Amino acid sequence: MEFLVASAIGVLTAGGIYMVLRLRTFPVILGISLLTYAVNIFLFSSGRLAIGAPPILQKGVETYTDPLPQALVLTAIVISFGMTAVIVMVSLGAFLGSEDDHVDDQPETEERQ
Amino acid sequence: MTHWIIAPVVLPAMLAPFIVLAARYHIGIQRVFSVAGVLALIAIALGLTLATSDGSVMLYQLGDWAAPFGIVVVGDSLSTMMVLLTAVLALFVLLYAIGSGWDDRGRHFHALFQFQLMGIMGAFLTGDLFNLFVFFEVLLIASYGLMIHAGGNARLRAGVQYVLFNLIGSTLFLFALGALYAETGTLNMADLAERVALIDPEETVGIRITAVLLLLVFAIKAALAPLHFWLPSSYAEAPGPVAALFAIMTKVGAYAIIRVYTMVFHPELEVTAGLHDLWLLPAALISLALGMIGVLAARKLDRLVAFSVIGSMGMVMVAISLFSEASIAAALYYIVHSTLAGAALFLISDLVRHGRGNLRLTAQAPMAGAVPTAALFFLAAIAMAGLPPLSGFLGKLLVLDAAFDTDTMVWVWAVVLTSSLVSILGFARAGSMLFWKARSVTPEEGAPAPDAPPLLSYVAVGGLITLLVAHTVFAGQVHSYTGNLAMRLFAPEAYITTVTTTPGKLSKPKTEEH
Repeated sequence: MEFLVASAIGVLTAGGIYMVLRLRTFPVILGISLLTYAVNIFLFSSGRLAIGAPPILQKGVETYTDPLPQALVLTAIVISFGMTAVIVMVSLGAFLGSEDDHVDDQPETEERQ
Repeated sequence: MTHWIIAPVVLPAMLAPFIVLAARYHIGIQRVFSVAGVLALIAIALGLTLATSDGSVMLYQLGDWAAPFGIVVVGDSLSTMMVLLTAVLALFVLLYAIGSGWDDRGRHFHALFQFQLMGIMGAFLTGDLFNLFVFFEVLLIASYGLMIHAGGNARLRAGVQYVLFNLIGSTLFLFALGALYAETGTLNMADLAERVALIDPEETVGIRITAVLLLLVFAIKAALAPLHFWLPSSYAEAPGPVAALFAIMTKVGAYAIIRVYTMVFHPELEVTAGLHDLWLLPAALISLALGMIGVLAARKLDRLVAFSVIGSMGMVMVAISLFSEASIAAALYYIVHSTLAGAALFLISDLVRHGRGNLRLTAQAPMAGAVPTAALFFLAAIAMAGLPPLSGFLGKLLVLDAAFDTDTMVWVWAVVLTSSLVSILGFARAGSMLFWKARSVTPEEGAPAPDAPPLLSYVAVGGLITLLVAHTVFAGQVHSYTGNLAMRLFAPEAYITTVTTTPGKLSKPKTEEH
């Protein structure tokens, strides 16, 4: 299981970074989504991986899983979801306004007001 | 346990939804509540600063849960000083936004402004790295809204770059936090300080990576070269008062570096040896040089000011990366100066935009309200470039003095002095082009002359300049205050014991079952 989780984080991060380095907003936003998935899994596994162990104290249970990373990852998911919604709206506004979805500054737009 | 320490976070957090829900369509009511809220913030911040000025540490445990388990808000003299600086800056920025009418050019300016203040205050006061992340996100979400306030294509395009860059920064922050939690099992800063010191020197791979990742995240916030690319276009395209408020945001990064790298990964720690002098100092020197070259090379006033902010952040980081008591004291003095001077320059560039319609550094017909704007620009440029008699000069002198006994003295002195000269040239060129060359250009026949900027705008900028003058006149008192503060930063035992030993729920488990 460790190999599966680690390779999932690695593949998602690599794909995310590749997409972020593209020049158009759509692949960049997809890349950021992949990166946030990767970081969510990473946070989740930062409390060590355990199968079938409860996070809350119960009678007669010996092994527990760490509940804190689950709370952290919940916060991170909410924040990254909200942020992705914001960036989609802002970049949509920028695209509709200028008919151009490049992320970088174009040379001919240097002299704009 | 006093409740006042959380008031700087709670007050704007309550005020912002109130403004959205109750005063949505009444800009007058919004203005009254916003200004009243900021005035109350200043009063609270003054009280907190006085209460912590003797070195005492104020702790607030949310829900009375004890430190490593619960969320804590901690106010020591560094936090309260930054809170006071933010509140004072916010007042003048808000007055300018009201005076110039910027707040009425789009919806929800005041609500976003309050949310932004909430995020900044929270980032300064939290005692917990995950909440530092959360408050970073609060201030970033509000800043996205403020950055594209009043819309426009150029602003939206710059906004996309700004948001994307910060999203990547946030992801990096989460990776750092996950790694830190996996290594130490805690994210409370005081608890981390104790646990990082216990890590076996043989097994430090994870903690080293974490320390560097955290430094990268804070360096993005502080716009340190080579991670500064987000700053020039986003600050230049943001509305004038918003850019002025953003002058404190880069300082949040500097604050986080001071806090984490004096307490958790302090300079004597073997694990992170070499991080400050080998990596941070060259990056700081490069961003100082780069910022000031940018000042000379800029073709528009807003870019010039943005690059001067990068340069002054480089100066702050040079002082921080020396990591001695004298240099941190100098850095804190310079942080106050650079926030006020940067904000004043952004507001002045908005005055120029108001007076002549654009910010290109070419000779054009005289702008409306040229005389007071020119006087204010002259003073602010002197302060930012670091010429005597204003506080930029004193701050630079303190940094140079702190670097005098170190091995890197030659580099620091050479870069600081050369870049000062370059920035003086840049500001002088811009000022003479904007205000003197304009005399030789006759205005076009029939071109509509813009109105002079309103009085309240000048009052706001004048207030910031007055604060700079006060910062110079009372430099002795301010420096001895920051000196004591730096001394306490290098002996964080009071902070750590207050956080970890104050009793609350869960501090003493009744039975041993777990």
